[in-house]
Amino acid sequence: MKRSVFPVYYTWFDKLGWVGLRALCGAVLFFLLLPILVIIPLSFSDSSFLTYPITGWSLRWYQELFASPDWARATRNSFIVAPLATIIATALGTLAAVGLARVQFFGKGLITSLLIAPMVVPIVVVGVSTYLFFARIGLSDSYTALILVHAALGAPFVVTTVLATLQGFNQNLVRASLGLGVGPIQTFFRITLPVIAPGVISGGLFAFATSFDEVVVTLFLAGPLQGTLPRQMFTGIRENISPTIAAVATLLILFTASLMVVLEWLRGRVK
Amino acid sequence: MNASATLPHTQPVRTGLARTTLLAQLRRVERRKRLRAMALTLPLLLFLAVTFLVPLGALLMRAVENPEVAGTLVRTGAALQHWDRTSAPPDAAYAAIVQDLGAIPETAQAGVLARRLNTEIGGARSLIMSTYRALPLANSATPEQARVALLALDPRWGELPFWWAIAKNSSRWTPDYLLTALDLKRDAQGHIGRVGADEAAFSEILVRTFYISSVVTLVCIALGYPLAYWLSTLNARRANLMMILLLLPFWTSVLVRIAAWIVLLQSSGLVNRFLMFLGVINEPLALLFNRLGVIIAMVHILLPFMVLPLYSVMKSIPNNYVKAAISLGSPPFTAFLRVYVPQTFPGVAAGGLLVFITAIGYYVTPALLGGPGDQMLSYYVAQYTNVEVNWGMACALGSVLLTATLVLYVFYRRFAKSELSLG
Repeated sequence: MKRSVFPVYYTWFDKLGWVGLRALCGAVLFFLLLPILVIIPLSFSDSSFLTYPITGWSLRWYQELFASPDWARATRNSFIVAPLATIIATALGTLAAVGLARVQFFGKGLITSLLIAPMVVPIVVVGVSTYLFFARIGLSDSYTALILVHAALGAPFVVTTVLATLQGFNQNLVRASLGLGVGPIQTFFRITLPVIAPGVISGGLFAFATSFDEVVVTLFLAGPLQGTLPRQMFTGIRENISPTIAAVATLLILFTASLMVVLEWLRGRVK
Repeated sequence: MNASATLPHTQPVRTGLARTTLLAQLRRVERRKRLRAMALTLPLLLFLAVTFLVPLGALLMRAVENPEVAGTLVRTGAALQHWDRTSAPPDAAYAAIVQDLGAIPETAQAGVLARRLNTEIGGARSLIMSTYRALPLANSATPEQARVALLALDPRWGELPFWWAIAKNSSRWTPDYLLTALDLKRDAQGHIGRVGADEAAFSEILVRTFYISSVVTLVCIALGYPLAYWLSTLNARRANLMMILLLLPFWTSVLVRIAAWIVLLQSSGLVNRFLMFLGVINEPLALLFNRLGVIIAMVHILLPFMVLPLYSVMKSIPNNYVKAAISLGSPPFTAFLRVYVPQTFPGVAAGGLLVFITAIGYYVTPALLGGPGDQMLSYYVAQYTNVEVNWGMACALGSVLLTATLVLYVFYRRFAKSELSLG
């Protein structure tokens, strides 16, 4: 006789509950994946309506996408803003995390709260406040303001990720290096940084994804020439949703999925 | 360094001195370490101060700032200071307003003033602008002549509500925007009361924001709890695989997911077709541009925020207690309910609060998937900034949203094990 997977003391009620739990979890995972599974095939449809069933296949929406100057500009802007914001956020965030991880000092709790505040404050409040502020100093409708605010939004992710990595960092390595007469700056670059690099990179990826997917602040701060991909998608969805959107969506899903693979690989290395 | 190298000869003095200098040295080294650690946080702190904290402070200030009237009608404000609000305004006020309006150099600035007063009382814009254009008035040398001349120009200058509006706004700071955001108002005498039911708009928006967020949070708990529990019972390899299925939508752009939900929920979309195929419905349901669509998409976006903290809490719960309860004769389901579930409450609280805090600030999802009656507080903050161009009101609503978020965040910190960590 085949042995049951359930412990002997399980009644039929418990067994039913376990089966029900798995069914529910399957349904929830299906719910989570459904939108992604649905939109990809539509981008290869030859119909100009975003509906199933798909009658014929074509690449016309990709051709349309690559021929469109609006989407080209949005893509270019996204790849200007997000990397620069990421660099600023990663450099400043890593530095701050190293400081916070080291020793107790007066006001550490307050400083930590301030540093992660951009994660907590509602995004529309960030958008309005920075819009009013940067408009007053003449920086609205500029890349500068957009990059700076995106960096501010991404920095807390770097701080928390690097801080978590530093929890497992062996400070004796630093002591040994300093004891051997290497200066603190060189020690940081040759000992600390290589060890915590996976944490720094995954923090940077978080910061990149934050900027790359950010639309609300962009709606406020970007002029017509600085619109990013999410901004263009926002307009596209609001005005007329066409299969071009599905094509962009498919490319973005591919892009973020590859970012995720890198991140998972890095997480494996931290452990 | 030198002090400890050249120690005195005698034993008792030497140990005493060595101890004090060593201690002093240790303290100095520690202090230097602390300063260096603090200095490392300084660049980011300064950066955030400029790009984030100062603008935020300016927003909070702007919610109570009222420069338009106070900045232009300086003399009028002074003349009205001791006015009792019931008798006719003093002649000096008439003279002062003729002077103040005459001193405004540009029409645009008069326009700002007129628009500000018009938000208080209808008709103020035309009154101010027509008077401004008519200046200078002939025959207005004395205060009395000024009054006669103004009343001759426009008899509305004899009406008290216009003067109330000026007097009320002649101070640089005002609680009015914040009061309006809470459906309260201040009358001419300065008494605070509720606005009439026909004017009340914002309490409904606040209630709607909290209602939608609560529903989303509860659905996230209902769906997230079983999922997190199931994930925590899997072995590492399968849990990782399932985690990737969970994180893939989490990492996908929010706008991509909103576009996908439009495709799914539209009247000819897959959800309606499927339900019709099953025979549950005969006609397509309206799932888009209403509250149901907003809630479905928000649950989809926020569910991982519920599952991840819950999972990390559940992972750290040893299953010995449940086993002990079962071995003592408890039925497994009772043991689960009475032994296991209470241990997960901190995770439920942390995940629920995280979802709720994020939900009350939502803007894009309701804006793209909701109807006019499903917009949340953030939408009105944006609306007052971009469309109405009433920045005082936008900042007041923003301050209300910010305060609610920060208060909830304080509770969140009590339940959450660490900082917000996503993934």
